[in-house]
Amino acid sequence: MPIKREDDFEERRSHLEGLSDKELKARFWELAEDLVDPLIDLSKTHTSASIERSVLLRMGFNSLDAKAIVNQVVQADLLGKGAGHVVYKMAKQEDRPIKEVGLDIGNEKYDKEELKKLFDGGES
Amino acid sequence: MDLNPEKKIDIEEILKDIKNYRPRRRGWTWRTKVEDQKIGPFQYKETSEGLKNSVPLPAARGFNNIDPQPEPVITTEIASGRFEDDIRRMRMAAWHGADHIMVIRTAGQSHFDGLIEGTPEGVGGIPITRKQIRATRKALDYIEDEVGRPINFHSYVSGVAGSEIAVLFAEEGVNGAHQDPQYNVLYRDINMYRSFVDAAVAKKIMASTGMLQIDGAHNANATARQAWKVMPELFVQHAINSMFSVKAGMPKDKISLSTVPPVAPPAPDLRLNLPYAIALRELFDEFKFRAQQNTKYMQSSIREATVTHTLNLLLSELTSADLQSTITPDEGRNVPWHYFNVQAVDTAKQAFAGMDGLKDLVELKTDEGYLKEKARELKERSILFMEEILEVGGYFQAVSEGFFVDSGEYPERNGDGIVREKDGGVAANSIVLRDEDYMAPVCEHFGYNNLPDNLDKPCDLIGGCTLHDSDKIDFIDELDLEDNVEKRLEKTEDFRENNMVKPEVQWLGDGWVNVTMFIPESETVAEYAALEIAKKMNLKDPEVIHKEVMQPAEGTVCEVKGWVDFSIDKNKLEIPEKEEVLPYEEIRGFVEENSLSVVAATVGEDEHSVGMREIIDIKHGGIEKFGIKVTYLGTSAPISKVVDAAIETNADAILISTIISHNEVHRTNMKKLNDLCVEKGIRDDLILIAGGTQVNNEMAVKAGLDAGYGRGTHGDDVATFMVKSLRGDYNEEE
Repeated sequence: MPIKREDDFEERRSHLEGLSDKELKARFWELAEDLVDPLIDLSKTHTSASIERSVLLRMGFNSLDAKAIVNQVVQADLLGKGAGHVVYKMAKQEDRPIKEVGLDIGNEKYDKEELKKLFDGGES
Repeated sequence: MDLNPEKKIDIEEILKDIKNYRPRRRGWTWRTKVEDQKIGPFQYKETSEGLKNSVPLPAARGFNNIDPQPEPVITTEIASGRFEDDIRRMRMAAWHGADHIMVIRTAGQSHFDGLIEGTPEGVGGIPITRKQIRATRKALDYIEDEVGRPINFHSYVSGVAGSEIAVLFAEEGVNGAHQDPQYNVLYRDINMYRSFVDAAVAKKIMASTGMLQIDGAHNANATARQAWKVMPELFVQHAINSMFSVKAGMPKDKISLSTVPPVAPPAPDLRLNLPYAIALRELFDEFKFRAQQNTKYMQSSIREATVTHTLNLLLSELTSADLQSTITPDEGRNVPWHYFNVQAVDTAKQAFAGMDGLKDLVELKTDEGYLKEKARELKERSILFMEEILEVGGYFQAVSEGFFVDSGEYPERNGDGIVREKDGGVAANSIVLRDEDYMAPVCEHFGYNNLPDNLDKPCDLIGGCTLHDSDKIDFIDELDLEDNVEKRLEKTEDFRENNMVKPEVQWLGDGWVNVTMFIPESETVAEYAALEIAKKMNLKDPEVIHKEVMQPAEGTVCEVKGWVDFSIDKNKLEIPEKEEVLPYEEIRGFVEENSLSVVAATVGEDEHSVGMREIIDIKHGGIEKFGIKVTYLGTSAPISKVVDAAIETNADAILISTIISHNEVHRTNMKKLNDLCVEKGIRDDLILIAGGTQVNNEMAVKAGLDAGYGRGTHGDDVATFMVKSLRGDYNEEE
C-alpha cells in the first residue's frame, strides 16, 4: 500500500534553502540524470519482441512476416541474438537472399534446432 | 493534383496508387516568424507568414478580411474513427489556421502486439496503419499546398509495439509523435521494464528523421483527483522523459514538454497556473513547449470551455508556447465534431491576434514576491520528489510504491497513487538480455550492437534498410475484405457523387444535428420535455448533451442532438439568384444623369439606426458615395411621414428599416408602406425597399414592396437594385 504522509515540506527542504536558483536548477538536472542512467543502461543491454520486429521492418519485411519470424526466433530462444541476426546468418549460410530466407523462417521451414545451430561455436 | 477551393477533396483520387506514395519531406516544421509585420492597417509584433487560402475570423469583415497568423504552431486533434472523413476536417482546420494535425489512435491499439494494417474503422480514434498514414499524409500534401503553409502530421508511439510504430512513422514521414514510456506504465498498465526498453529504441528512430516528440506528463493532471496538487510530480515526469530522450539520442530542440495549466475557473486560474508555468519554463529552458488546454475540469458547456481555454492562451502569451494545442470545446459532451475543431483553432487564432505584443505592455513580477516564491517552492518540491525516488531505490521501485499520480501535493502523500508491479502489467517478463554476439543489421538502432568493423553504415551488411531505401518497404494494402475504406466509400456514394445532402458532425451522411431550446421548467422536467420535443421534430435517438439551469423554477436551456433519416437533393433546391453588383462608375454615372434621391427612415416604434446608417452613410460605404441624395428622417418614423417626405422631395425611392419584429410588426409596416403609396396614387413612381435583420426579399415582395434586404447587405446592393429598376433591366428579363 502506498504511504500516507502530511506535508513536511518545511522540514525536508532545509538542505535546499541555501541554494541559489542556479544551483537549484543544477541539482534538479543532476537528480534527473541519476534517475535516468539505470533506465538507459537497462535499455542498452536488453531487447524485446517489438524491438526485434522493428529491426525486421527496417530489413524490408512487412509487419505480418516480421511477427511470424520473431515468433520462431522466440521459440528457438534466440531473441538475445537478435532476430535480424538470425535471418542474416541463415541467409549467409545458405547463400540465399535475406527476404527469401526470412519468409522461410516465418513459415516454419526450419525447426528450432536448425536455427540454434547457427550460433553453435564459431564466430558470429 | 491541385485542390480547387470550390471543390471537395477527392478521397478516391488520394487512394489511387497509394502503394507508391512517398512522403515529400521528413521531420518537423515550425512557422516562419515575421518581425513587425504589417497586415492591413496594423503593425503586428508576434505573427508568422500569412496563408494563401484561409477563412479569416468572422470579425475580420470589418478589417478588409485580414487573417494574421500567430507565431506558435497550432494543433488540432482529429480522429473520428474514419480517416477518410477526418481528411475533410483537416482541410477545414487548415483553412482556419491549424498546421499540426494530431491523430488519436483507436481504443485498444496500445495493447495490440504488432502493427495494424489496412483501413479498419476505429472507436474513439483511428487504427494507425501504413495505408491510413500514407493516405492522410498525401492528402495533407495537397492541403498544405492549398493553404500555403507546411502541415505537421502527428500520432502516438506507445503501447507494446512502440518500436515498430516508430519505424513505421520514420518510413512514412510522420512529423511528430507522442512518446513517453511513463504513459505506458501509468495509464496503459504495460510492464515498466518493457516500456522503457522499447522507448529507447523508438526515440532513437524518431530522432533520426527529425520528428518532434511530445511527452505525456499532462495526463497526470487529467487523472489526479485534485489536479493542482500534482504540480511537483509534473516536473519529475517531464524530467524523466526529457533526460531519457536526450540519452537515447534525441536533440533537445526536438523534445517538447506537454504542459497543461492544471486548474480552471472557478479556481483562481492564473494565480495557481502562472507560477507553475514560469517555474517549468525556467527549469526546461533548453526544451520546447507544447501548451495544451485544460480538459480536466471541462463540462458540457461550450461557452465555459472556451473561456477556460482563452485563459490558457493568455498563460501561453504571458510565458511561452512553441506549439499551441487546442481542445475542442465539445469534448465534454461528445467525440469532437467537425466545427468544434474549427472553433477551437479560431479561439487560439483570435486570442493570439488580440494579445499580440502583450509582453511589450505588461511585465510579470518574477523578481520578487508571490510569483518568485511560489515558483521556487514548486521546484524544491519536485527536487525532494526525485531525491526520495533515488532513496527508495530508483524509478521502478518508486512506481511500485505508488509515488505517481498521488493526489497529495508532494511531499504530502495521500496514499492514492497508481501502483504498478515491477513484474506485472501487459507484456510482463518480456525483455531479454542482449547476448555478447547480439546483432541488428540496420541503421539507427539504439543500444548494444555487435556489428562487424569497417562498415560505413550498419545496413550495408544487408544491402540497405528501409530508412535508406524506401523501395524496400513491403506495403500491405488491406487484410479485411469487409472492414475497409473502399467498402465505406461505397455507402457514401450518394453524398459524394449524386447531389444528395445530409447534415453531418463527423462522418459523411451521419445525419446528426444539434438543437438548442429553452424550456421554462426545472432541470429534470426540461430534460424530458426537450427529449419529447426532439422526438416530435422527428430526430432519431435524441440525447440531451447539455443543460444549464437559468433559475431552478423559471427554466433550463437544453441542447439536444439527434439524427435525421432523410437527405435533400441539392439540384431541387430553389436558390434565389444572387444579384450582381454593378461597377461603381456605372452606378455613379446613372445617378449623376438622373439626380437620384431617396427618403430613408427606421419605421415604427424602433430606435435602431445602425443598419440604415450602414446602407446610406458615405463613411460606411453607403449609397451616398454614388451621389444619391438621401433625406434621412431618423428613427421611430411613422409610415405616413415617410411617404409625405417622399412626395415633398420628389424622391425616386423609399428605404425603410424595420428591426423590431415582435408580433410581426416588420411585416405590418412593410404592407402599410405599400398600401399608403397605392392610396396616394404614387406607388408606380416609387421604388419601395425594406431592410432589417428579420427581413428577406421574398417577404418584402409578398408585402407589396419591390425588394427586401437582410443581414450582410451593403449600399452597393441597394444602389444596384435602384439603378437596374429605373433602367428597366428587370422588365427586360421578364
